[in-house]
Amino acid sequence: MGRYALRRLLQMIPVFIGSTFLIFFMVYALGDPVAALFGDKAPDPATAARIRKDLFLDEPLWRQYAHYMGQIFGGHFGTAFNGQPVTELMASAFPITLRLTLVAVAFEMALGITLGVLSGLRRGRGLDTSVLLLTLVVVSVPTFVSGTVLQYLFGVSWGLARPSVSPGAPLNELLLPGVVLGLVSLAYTTRLTRTSIVENARADYVRTAVAKGLPRRRIVTRHLLRNSLIPVVTFIGTDIGALMGGAIVTERIFNIHGVGYQLYQGILRQNSPTVVGFVTILVIVFLLANLLVDLLYAVLDPRIRYA
Amino acid sequence: MRRVAPYALRTRASLGAPRPVHALRARRSLRAVVLIATAATTAPTMTACGAGGGGTDAGVVRSSWGDPPNPLEPANTNDVQGGKVLDMIFRGLKRYDPRTGEAKNALAERIESSDQRNYTITLKKGWRFANGEKVTAASFVNAWNYGAQIDHKQRNAYFFEYIEGYDKVHPASGGAPTAKTLSGLRVSNDRTFTVRLTQKFSTWPKTLGYNAYVPLPRAFFEDHAAWLRKPIGNGPYQVRSYAKGSVMKLRAWGGYPGPDKARNKGVDLRVYTDSNTAYTDLQAGNLDLVDDVPAQQLKFVRSDLGNRYINQPAGIIQTLTFPMYDRTWSGPAKAKVRRGISMAINREQITERIFQGTRTPATDWTSPVLRHQGGYRPGLCGEACRYDPVRARKLIKAGGGLPGGRMTITYNADTGSHKDWVDAVCNSVNTVLRNDRACVGKPVGTFADYRNKMAGKKMTGPFRAGWQMDYPLIQNFLQPLYYTGASSNDGHFSDTGFDRLVNQANAASADGRAIAGFRDAEKVLAEQMPAIPLWYQNGSAGYSQRLSEVALNQFSVPVYSQIRVG
Repeated sequence: MGRYALRRLLQMIPVFIGSTFLIFFMVYALGDPVAALFGDKAPDPATAARIRKDLFLDEPLWRQYAHYMGQIFGGHFGTAFNGQPVTELMASAFPITLRLTLVAVAFEMALGITLGVLSGLRRGRGLDTSVLLLTLVVVSVPTFVSGTVLQYLFGVSWGLARPSVSPGAPLNELLLPGVVLGLVSLAYTTRLTRTSIVENARADYVRTAVAKGLPRRRIVTRHLLRNSLIPVVTFIGTDIGALMGGAIVTERIFNIHGVGYQLYQGILRQNSPTVVGFVTILVIVFLLANLLVDLLYAVLDPRIRYA
Repeated sequence: MRRVAPYALRTRASLGAPRPVHALRARRSLRAVVLIATAATTAPTMTACGAGGGGTDAGVVRSSWGDPPNPLEPANTNDVQGGKVLDMIFRGLKRYDPRTGEAKNALAERIESSDQRNYTITLKKGWRFANGEKVTAASFVNAWNYGAQIDHKQRNAYFFEYIEGYDKVHPASGGAPTAKTLSGLRVSNDRTFTVRLTQKFSTWPKTLGYNAYVPLPRAFFEDHAAWLRKPIGNGPYQVRSYAKGSVMKLRAWGGYPGPDKARNKGVDLRVYTDSNTAYTDLQAGNLDLVDDVPAQQLKFVRSDLGNRYINQPAGIIQTLTFPMYDRTWSGPAKAKVRRGISMAINREQITERIFQGTRTPATDWTSPVLRHQGGYRPGLCGEACRYDPVRARKLIKAGGGLPGGRMTITYNADTGSHKDWVDAVCNSVNTVLRNDRACVGKPVGTFADYRNKMAGKKMTGPFRAGWQMDYPLIQNFLQPLYYTGASSNDGHFSDTGFDRLVNQANAASADGRAIAGFRDAEKVLAEQMPAIPLWYQNGSAGYSQRLSEVALNQFSVPVYSQIRVG
């Protein structure tokens, strides 16, 4: 197990270097960002040249990248155009988005697995059909629609929640955005759990458990559910990475100053240190989440072992 | 279906140790899930309690804000969002009257000159920074020297270009400066300093209301990083806390000596990424003031807010500028084509349908905020800015038609939804020319790229240009944009007659004469049409019932100090 994890961790190094280079290259390809710093006015050539020099923008791409990587290994992620170090932006943005993601994942796990189990156990009945219909509706509504609609209903019409999240982003204010963020994944979790439950409900070991006379509750939670969770856990694991990076729309709607906001701002201002820095961390999160999922398999199904 | 032999269970059990541990872990995590789920279901009631209060401080205005793209220093701030803050925490030599736009003395007691080139500036007594330090002549001179120095990379450095010695501290090459300070600035005593300009510039004192010219306390130079974290100024407000990228809390400064003391207890500026969210927050009572009503809401804003919606002219004009460096667009014959295109644009219809009346058709190259006294002359453009399909068609034909029979309008696609109006303008031109493909929009991905294309003289047809004034002076609408080699002359228009008239106007001793001179120069634009005036942009704002006496100044920034709460 330890060796397996180590091997996986080592594999991350080339992925890390490759992805940072790709992102660096793509932001670079957008063009020279300095001109946009001067608003609608023509930049003063002397000042612009000075800024370019300071940001290494007058160097060829490979040297810019080498310089950037050198900085990263020294712990400096560069600065945003407003003079803030990117590490400072990360320190403020990642905890917020992490909280938002946790709310979303908790929501989709709790509700998704419950609905999935219920509809899986009552296959073909009324409940199953209505859950199916519901998930179809949820999947087909894009986040910016569900987000703005729920924001308006809860925030303005009913006054139950704040339409926007305050700068500190406390957990209770993140509930509505978290639900919006988790909605689409919720539908997937439900469907996955249902299929898996239906499949395993006819497995021999379940029949054995029933024959042993175990109480139904215990059969479902200990035997059936645990074995059915593998595909769901895989999905949720990859989803954590996706949710953290893909919360741009939700964060914009609810004015949450998390990763999505910083990425959006960075892309708009073509600030490569911000974009590359954030995406790099996201890549690491994604890789770690995947590793964690693979290790979790062994927990859920002891037949799987890692040498 | 997974095939598992029943005895697998038994063999695993015999393996011993790992199993119970795993089982325990799984159970624990399940329990955690249930716990979170119950928390999630009970929590909406918690938010309900928090919604009403929302952390409101009595007497404090909660206003929407955008994250300033540059560090918040006076000579480094060139955007409206940063300008908002500077306007609250700083006062300079002059201040533009928020209602009339007139440049009135603020810290200056008098600014004198006998030759429109050498100025002597005397300060009023009794002004201090919020940290207790006295505002002296040195506070100004040091601040200006700092702003002009190329090593400090201040975005507004060029505002000091008229002061003698600028070329030494800010070499055009971008190389190392040969002097540390501007030779044209001299401190005479605590309250007096002199300025020597490189040329005659009669309206120069009136430009001193711009943010780049404010004084700076010693703290700015001594501990720059700390100052940036929490700026200190001499205005009616002081910064209480600043969380970059999310919120700035400003509170009224009791010791403010000026006449325009804050009438509220403070202002909280909250950063919004999306103006729609800010508007929703305003509707929900979570925010008091939005100064950018999103385009999607313009249709409903009257019914939502009634008379708590402001829509008034701002010092912004939008034009279609021609690349005068391109042979196919320059030359006397093409002036007819340029005028013809201008006459082919149905400004009334576009401002009404697309902008819902938040723009006004332009009939000169300035802005209504200058008022008649300041040189604004509606109709100066004459018939060239009036929609006249028949004459437009004739003029374009007489000028040899569009170059190659086609034209494109270049715009940046990333901000400001320019596509809508560019398509409408092209539609208007196409209808007039009875050719569906005569004019098409040409989007450029990012604003930076768009600017680079301009700087590299790579425009092949008319392009969008917006100009937000720095100070409410007619000079600011003409000289930086159309004078030969001027900083924002993106079309590279050059006309000796125009340049001569501008020089004369700058040398004029009396105000009225200078303005008349600039207006004469403007008439050259009407003939040559190097840029088609499209429309004057309005500033818009909406506010909650808590507020009264909300107004925007000429820069479409709310005049925070005069807002009353409750």
